Amino acid sequence: MSMVVFEKPKSLTNAEFHYCPGCTHGIIHRLVAEAIDELGIEGRTVGIAPVGCAVMAYNYFSCDMVEAAHGRAPAVATGLKRSMPENIIFTYQGDGDLASIGMAETVHAATRNENITIIFVNNAIYGMTGGQMAPTSLPGQVTQTSPYGRDVKTAGYPIKVSELLASLDGPEFIARVAVNNVKNVKAAGKAIKKAFQNQIDGKGFSLVEVVSSCPTNWGMTPGKALQWVDEKMIPYYPLGVYKDKSAQEVSQ
Amino acid sequence: MSEKVLMKGNEAIAEAAIRAGCRHYFGYPITPQTELAAYMSKRMPKIGGVFLQAESEISAINMVYGVAGSGKRVMTSSSSPGISLKQEGISYIAGADLPALIVNVQRGGPGLGGIQPSQSDYFQATKGGGHGDYHLIVLTPASVQEMADLTLLAFDLADKYRVPAMLLADGTTGQMMEPVSLPEEKEVSVEKPWAVTGTKMQRKHNIINSLYLQPDELEKINFERYERYRLIEENEVRYESYLTEDADIVVVAFGIAARVSKNAVNEARKQGIKVGLIRPITIWPFPKKVLSELSKTAKGFISVELSMGQMIEDIKLAINCSRPVMLCNRAGGMIPSPDEVLNSIKKMQEGI
Amino acid sequence: MTTEILIAGFGGQGVLFAGKFLAYKGLIENRQVSWLPSYGPEMRGGTANCSVILSDESVGSPIVSKPNILMAMNLPSLDKYENDVLPGGMIFVDSTLIERKVNRTDVSVFYIPSTALAAEIGAPTLANMVMTGKVIKECDGISDENLEAALAKVVSARHADLKDINLKALQTGMEYAG
Repeated sequence: MSMVVFEKPKSLTNAEFHYCPGCTHGIIHRLVAEAIDELGIEGRTVGIAPVGCAVMAYNYFSCDMVEAAHGRAPAVATGLKRSMPENIIFTYQGDGDLASIGMAETVHAATRNENITIIFVNNAIYGMTGGQMAPTSLPGQVTQTSPYGRDVKTAGYPIKVSELLASLDGPEFIARVAVNNVKNVKAAGKAIKKAFQNQIDGKGFSLVEVVSSCPTNWGMTPGKALQWVDEKMIPYYPLGVYKDKSAQEVSQ
Repeated sequence: MSEKVLMKGNEAIAEAAIRAGCRHYFGYPITPQTELAAYMSKRMPKIGGVFLQAESEISAINMVYGVAGSGKRVMTSSSSPGISLKQEGISYIAGADLPALIVNVQRGGPGLGGIQPSQSDYFQATKGGGHGDYHLIVLTPASVQEMADLTLLAFDLADKYRVPAMLLADGTTGQMMEPVSLPEEKEVSVEKPWAVTGTKMQRKHNIINSLYLQPDELEKINFERYERYRLIEENEVRYESYLTEDADIVVVAFGIAARVSKNAVNEARKQGIKVGLIRPITIWPFPKKVLSELSKTAKGFISVELSMGQMIEDIKLAINCSRPVMLCNRAGGMIPSPDEVLNSIKKMQEGI
Repeated sequence: MTTEILIAGFGGQGVLFAGKFLAYKGLIENRQVSWLPSYGPEMRGGTANCSVILSDESVGSPIVSKPNILMAMNLPSLDKYENDVLPGGMIFVDSTLIERKVNRTDVSVFYIPSTALAAEIGAPTLANMVMTGKVIKECDGISDENLEAALAKVVSARHADLKDINLKALQTGMEYAG
């Protein structure tokens, strides 16, 4: 007689991921699916896939899915949530999608405290198109379109999305997590679940920024890439809860 | 139909949309369609609907995309420059086979242009507008009554064929007041098994999408969509024919240009010229058949437009260039007077 | 019968309101009507005008380019539209604000000091309705009935107390013999 000790979350389909070896999207998909399973909301959840590496996420989540245009997921989510307030709406977006072309949609959904959940994957690069400089690429970071390293004099500084959004009065919950080691993965799972729970409780806009890696386009082995997250990414993008409106109200 | 009231065209669209069961409106301020948004902002909160002033036209159309995916009736409105911004979203809506209503109260262009009435978005509206192979059903009201009636029709056709529909008005029809009988509010129940309303763990997940990385699959979907377009062209052409039975000259005009042209046709008839008017109510699908039929007896056609010669191309195609087609146009926010149209009619009369 | 009216003046003179009143009156009398305002930045302090058509047949173009009746509430409006009026038409001039005379000789001209008359009855903002009263009196195509019913449609419920003073302004215009 066998006993199941580890299985795929129910809210993931059987489709095989197309992600590169060592990519952390797989972990993050799993964390999102676990949160959906644990909260028992799959039947009323609608997810929104971005343009970027996660463009085909609609094949991987077994809830209803919508594919949005590049950067527009928070607007699409707004439409869905406003027309179906009882459903749970989440977007899954990368850094180019959310923090470059979709910055207006992101900021305004946040300031309206739109009752949606956003999973923001920050790996400091455009992965799908082959490794161009992202709004979150680090100063000096070499990419296909910053071959001499990101020059902040001409390309500006990386955008710290969590800090930026936390400065707004609107949003409910903003947290930054990472998935480069077991401890961080566990904390990330907790934050993601909270971001969904907040929506169930009607609390409002909840965004979890997941500091992630891209071994392929960073030109590193998966192990080296996770190390780079620790050494370079996290110092620039410190982990933690940047805003938790309900918790602040309680503590006051 | 209810008692006649005086209403601005823009307001008539808004009220008709509500009576068609639309409870979701997303927009961004732009002249000359502002009354529509203002009306919605007043009414929607009182009837449990959603009015949201988006951060941009781009966001507004993507909110429309979201609601349309949920299967509810939804609309946005704007004017020419704002409609250009919406084109990305409109292409996605068409590509995902979603019903929605987009209202364009046109103003002069290109660029920032002006704010006076125009019909210079004809190409954009009838040939797709955004990227890719697609069409919108495009309805062109010529009176405040039609602003209301065609809004209802647009929602119905959009649902029936799963295509976005556009109401292509202009600054005049938007701003003018005329008596209008508003339709009674109706319960709408269209089955939308494709909508993303949550699986309730009872069916496989629905996906609203326009991405197909396999070219053969994408081709197949395009062909299927065009089969639906063919049905629309077969069944949904609408036009008004006025005094065309014995006409030597056929004026073709829609919207405000048709109103002006009708005055000119009446005056020309008084002067003994055999002239009639075809007023396309749908410009996609374009009333090709009737023009083709008329070309067997009429000697010439005149396209009256508030643009630099856009609809004239469709007229020429419809009659296979078998007769001369003259352009009578103003642009940039100017409207031809009945006399200008009459002069074109006379000029054509002399030439044929 | 078709009457095409062009009302023109400064923004704030109630040009659009007077037009709406006439349009509603037509609607109540089961006539075909259209009302078309000028719109855009010129409304803010600049010139405003509106086209009103009252007809017993369906209205073609709602744009009045050759009016039967011109209501000129200020000098720029008279300058701009005087020559557009159809021969045999009527021009109404607010003689408080417009000093010059009408040059046309093929139209009927009525000089009425609407702004002064409005001030006299304690309603300085209702020169528009004083002039409208005069138009109703002189124009065969517009009846002198249904004044109150039409006012009830255009004066919002919030300002219902203003109905009486509007009626008085109309009557002042109708009674003015000039």
